[in-house]
Amino acid sequence: MLTAILSLAALALLASFGLAIAARVFAVHVDPKVEEIEEALPGANCGACGLPGCSELAKRIAEGKAEIDACPVGGESVARAIASIMDLSYAGTGGRSVALVMCGGNDQVAAKRFYYNGIYDCTSAALLFGGDKACSYGCLGLRTCAGVCPFGAIDMLPSGLALVNPDVCTGCTKCVSACPKGIIKMVPADRLVHILCSSHDKGGKVRKTCKVGCIGCQRCVKEAPEGAISMDENLAVIDYRLEIPPDVAESCPMNTIVVQGGDVGETVTKVAAGGEE
Amino acid sequence: MTKLLIIIVSTVFVNNFVLHRFLGICPFLGVSRRVQTAAGMSGAVLFVMTMASMVTWLIYHFILVRYDLVYLQTVSFILVIASLVQLVELALQKLSPGLYKALGIYLPLITTNCAVLGVSVLNIQKDYSFLHTSIFGFGAALGFGLAMLVFSGLRERIDLCNTPVSFRGTAIGLVTAGLLSLAFMGFTGLVKL
Repeated sequence: MLTAILSLAALALLASFGLAIAARVFAVHVDPKVEEIEEALPGANCGACGLPGCSELAKRIAEGKAEIDACPVGGESVARAIASIMDLSYAGTGGRSVALVMCGGNDQVAAKRFYYNGIYDCTSAALLFGGDKACSYGCLGLRTCAGVCPFGAIDMLPSGLALVNPDVCTGCTKCVSACPKGIIKMVPADRLVHILCSSHDKGGKVRKTCKVGCIGCQRCVKEAPEGAISMDENLAVIDYRLEIPPDVAESCPMNTIVVQGGDVGETVTKVAAGGEE
Repeated sequence: MTKLLIIIVSTVFVNNFVLHRFLGICPFLGVSRRVQTAAGMSGAVLFVMTMASMVTWLIYHFILVRYDLVYLQTVSFILVIASLVQLVELALQKLSPGLYKALGIYLPLITTNCAVLGVSVLNIQKDYSFLHTSIFGFGAALGFGLAMLVFSGLRERIDLCNTPVSFRGTAIGLVTAGLLSLAFMGFTGLVKL
């Protein structure tokens, strides 16, 4: 018994010594910056930068083959950390972007054409006559976007809409490409006024299908500063490069335009949950 | 001398480890898409198999038999093989990063390559001398390499062919492996060992 333990232990010890020496002999010099940068990156391995993972991006950045702000998830703070590791200066990008679901038509205000009882997934639902919503531009609310979000930033409201929490959203754009309706857009996080509608239908049809849809009346276009809101096929669209005063929202007869107060998520929640109605 | 030659011919052609004994199928199917990686894998296995059979023989006869610990055979053999694989991995990472990347997960998987353990155990079962053991390990690795090279060459060509959709990839690979094995079965009875 004792000899068994001793001899195996001796064998293992011998092997580990051999390996230790081999590790010294065959030591590969890795740029210490790579490790530091990888430490600074979020480590979600989400692939938003277009590379297989954070370690691959760290390698590229250390070699100078990628920009220091190549990680869209980490944003400014990560870019600054990497800049100090690389001894580079970082000017900043001027704000981050977050995802926003461009639809306010929850179950209380938006009409449905039929009762969908299929697979619980927006993509499946969209394949069946474009989903159950009477408005073909509406959020189907079957949590496909929430499922792909690697950061848990998207909540499903009981009223049947997806809501992006801008404080948690990192701007990786995964939900934007996952939404079968294409109604999730990236908006600057510091903008407060949003038009929560994606419908290009004519006003009359919108009125029949949704109580908070854009009917294309163009009142907001006249109220807002020149060029800040423009019409795109019966839909008012905000040019986020320009600042829009909050009182423009009051001009909207359909309550489609929302203003995010101090707490961004709260206002959107209120509107999306049908509190305005 | 004749005995050595017979061992070589036997392990490479007649009792080929992959195609006759069906050991080491996992890297045989896994890294045989390109001839280059197959050759790299064969090189790594050549080193590990030869060294493993020599070291395990020494351990068996000078430690396990002497102290009456033969029941520890499997554990100690695996220990040796795992250390050798680790050594190869370290060396490859330094000497040939490209090959290291191409082999990927299959390199540490040599540890669990049943062909390596199979060679070590067979050496003991057949009661070989030290010289015969090392030749047996070397020949087995050569046989493995031969099978790998032939198979990867075939697969590279099959990739260029117009294979029916349902057969593409691994399916036609397995059919090819079976036919290749069948061909090698033709050597049966060539030498008696």
